[in-house]
Amino acid sequence: MKNSYLKNDKFLTYSSAIVIFFLAWELLALLLQNPALPRPIPALVSFFNVLPEGLWKHFLVSTYRVLTSLLLGLALAVPLGLYIGRNAKLDKWLSPQIYLLYPVPKIALLPVIFAIFNIGDLSKVILIVLIIFFQILIITRDAAKNIPDSTILSVLSLGATSREIYSHVIIPGCLPEIFTAVRISLGTAISVLFFAESFATFEGLGYFIFEAWSRINYPEMFAGIIAISLQGFVLFILVNLLQRVICPWLFK
Amino acid sequence: MLDLKNVSLTYSNGSKPVQALRGIDMKIEKGRSYAVIGPSGCGKTSLIYIMAGLMAPTQGEVLLHGEKLVKPERGTALILQEYGLLSWKTVWENAALGLVLRKVPEREIKEILERVFEELALTECIDRYPKQLSGGQKQRVALARALSLHPDILLMDEPLSALDALTREYMQKVIFNLLKRHQITCVLVTHSIEEAVYLGQEIIIFTACPGKICAKIANPAQGAEDYRDQLSFHEKCTEVRASLEVHSQSEE
Repeated sequence: MKNSYLKNDKFLTYSSAIVIFFLAWELLALLLQNPALPRPIPALVSFFNVLPEGLWKHFLVSTYRVLTSLLLGLALAVPLGLYIGRNAKLDKWLSPQIYLLYPVPKIALLPVIFAIFNIGDLSKVILIVLIIFFQILIITRDAAKNIPDSTILSVLSLGATSREIYSHVIIPGCLPEIFTAVRISLGTAISVLFFAESFATFEGLGYFIFEAWSRINYPEMFAGIIAISLQGFVLFILVNLLQRVICPWLFK
Repeated sequence: MLDLKNVSLTYSNGSKPVQALRGIDMKIEKGRSYAVIGPSGCGKTSLIYIMAGLMAPTQGEVLLHGEKLVKPERGTALILQEYGLLSWKTVWENAALGLVLRKVPEREIKEILERVFEELALTECIDRYPKQLSGGQKQRVALARALSLHPDILLMDEPLSALDALTREYMQKVIFNLLKRHQITCVLVTHSIEEAVYLGQEIIIFTACPGKICAKIANPAQGAEDYRDQLSFHEKCTEVRASLEVHSQSEE
């Protein structure tokens, strides 16, 4: 009973978010009266027109790039973050280097990345990984640091090895924060991808938007923007569902 | 069975060395229960960690069954103030953790836990997570985890301090019955005079900064039927209180 109520409640909040979004858009377009901001209905019509004509392909390519970057970023940053977080000496040495590298504008390194990895998919993925790596690393490191020593000692007293401390305590204990890192990096990855796809490619939502823009076809450009927004929306919902499965204790 | 010989512990707090324990001599005999009581900051928690083999003293030695203690031993179980339960594991998984780490076959774990859960009246909570439990239930899960390992010696660091008065008395009785039934040797660190007198056959009084033993009070009537309601219980409480007062004043 309570569950179905919550489900209805969630449906209501999500659908009202969509309604409010489109209402605000409509209002702004009416106020602005400028072709650069079409009203939502023509944009939606354009979205459904171009979706079967190739927008879906750009959508899939972008989604593939975002997910590959996210998985690669997680695979590199999570183990390192967990390890640094539980190793004070290493943290002392590595943290200054992390703080030095984190603010470096990686987008400015794009020519270097192109030079090393060519201009294909890989260079776009590498650019996103370079950016989200530090976000995931810092969040994971702090989560590992914050696990109380008493929790670890009580499991050590049961005879756990250091590997078992990771598998039973540190990894599951950091999972909620790792999911936070995933949500933050997902947003970052999508925005960076938009930029990375704006040149040296003929695929992806970024390309689609810039190409429509160059033709001054604003409704089509907004069809691309709706697609990016939809991509983020769907991916965020998927991350939330995944968290429900992997971290059931958070939802009891 | 557990001998502490001239145990001292000094740790560095920034650049300043702090002596937490000084010259502790204790002889823990099999089947007996000891209550350690003293003001905050008297090194009681460090003492428990040293006894559990989780921390090495900076001076002196700890012998378990005549052999130098260097790491957590199988026969020792530890219960900490915050229960040491993992919020991401269910009650069953938390209680089974010690057995899982010891690679006990699943079928055997099931048999052991079913017995222990029945004894501690936890059968109804097996699928719940710690945050769904009351303080008393959490404490019983911590006890179940310890008991499932058939410990020779049970070390407890203020295990009941977070409980309300009635639950606390009830849990004292639960612990008392378990110790008696399973013939477990026990060292209990507590703030409560009544708890020390109710559960300790010997009451060891500590002073603070650095923590050292200033009195050992025998409590031969402990374990008598309805001890809590007897005059001898209240007299012993008065004696312990007087001893604590005398030694804290002499410290000042």
